[in-house]
Amino acid sequence: MSSDTNTTAHGHDHDEHGGASHGTFRSYMTGFILSVILTAIPFWIVMSDAIANHTIAALTILGFALVQVIVHMIYFLHMDTKSEGGWNMLALIFTIILLVIAVSGSIWVMYHLDTNMMPMTPVEASNLP
Amino acid sequence: MSTQALNPAGGGDTPDFYVREEEHHEEGGSTLLGFWIYLMSDCLIFAVLFATYAVLGHNYAGGPGQRQLFELPLIALNTSMLLLSSITYGFAMLAMEKNRTAQVQGWLAITGLFGLGFLGIELYEFSHLIMEGHGPWSSGFLSSFFTLVGTHGLHVTFGTIWLVTLMVQVAQKGLIPANRRRLMCLSLFWHFLDVIWIGVFTVVYLMGVLS
Repeated sequence: MSSDTNTTAHGHDHDEHGGASHGTFRSYMTGFILSVILTAIPFWIVMSDAIANHTIAALTILGFALVQVIVHMIYFLHMDTKSEGGWNMLALIFTIILLVIAVSGSIWVMYHLDTNMMPMTPVEASNLP
Repeated sequence: MSTQALNPAGGGDTPDFYVREEEHHEEGGSTLLGFWIYLMSDCLIFAVLFATYAVLGHNYAGGPGQRQLFELPLIALNTSMLLLSSITYGFAMLAMEKNRTAQVQGWLAITGLFGLGFLGIELYEFSHLIMEGHGPWSSGFLSSFFTLVGTHGLHVTFGTIWLVTLMVQVAQKGLIPANRRRLMCLSLFWHFLDVIWIGVFTVVYLMGVLS
């Protein structure tokens, strides 16, 4: 929250607009329709096996998920660079950095650990004493 | 003495070690920022659970995998429940801005019903899996699956309890500023859970069935 609004706007009016912007009917509906489309397409891709190459299919639905997360952030969570004086965005960016490090780091390290293990099929593993 | 060093005038008053006059803040003025930071920390919990699932998700211990266990039509229904509850909560927020208490209550009730529908379907899916002998103890895949999806379901459960609590509060005290603030916090929470669910249905269910 910027200090200007604190000094200029007093009373309940300010309290109601706690620094974050509100949506309108239009923005909520835009977000909803975009979300429905962005949800339906990945489900259709997987359920009808529309893309034969599964790696490409996986990357495509990941892309749709990423776009849908951004749609939700903008239209439902009302994120912009100005809300709460930019602190919302700063916290979000920091979280995303930690998230990427945690997820990609885990996958990377554990994948390499896995490749360096003794080769064994699941059947062999389940037959271990 | 340090007091004199800090207070060379030696006026005899106690030295000011801290700022006495705090900057004036509206009551609850920074609640939403604080709540956002809580959501971000919650996001990290889910990030770790997603990472766990990504690492353990293919360790079946000789049991069935995603393709055999997941029923996508059920998940599509579940996803639509959560998405619809998101838009109805949005309508509740719009009604709140117009000071229409009855409308707010109505949309909150519908949101709660969608939330309960989501939970019902998820519990059905879980019980179905466990009844068929694929409980969280069966394999690394199922352990991480139940932990990740269960944690999300637990969040929805608490969100629904919070929603009912707020409905009671709005019924008793109306749309006072404190209740508006609480409704806005729950709005963030509820939409955030929908964002997490996007990750769940994409990474766990859709990519699981693809693999």
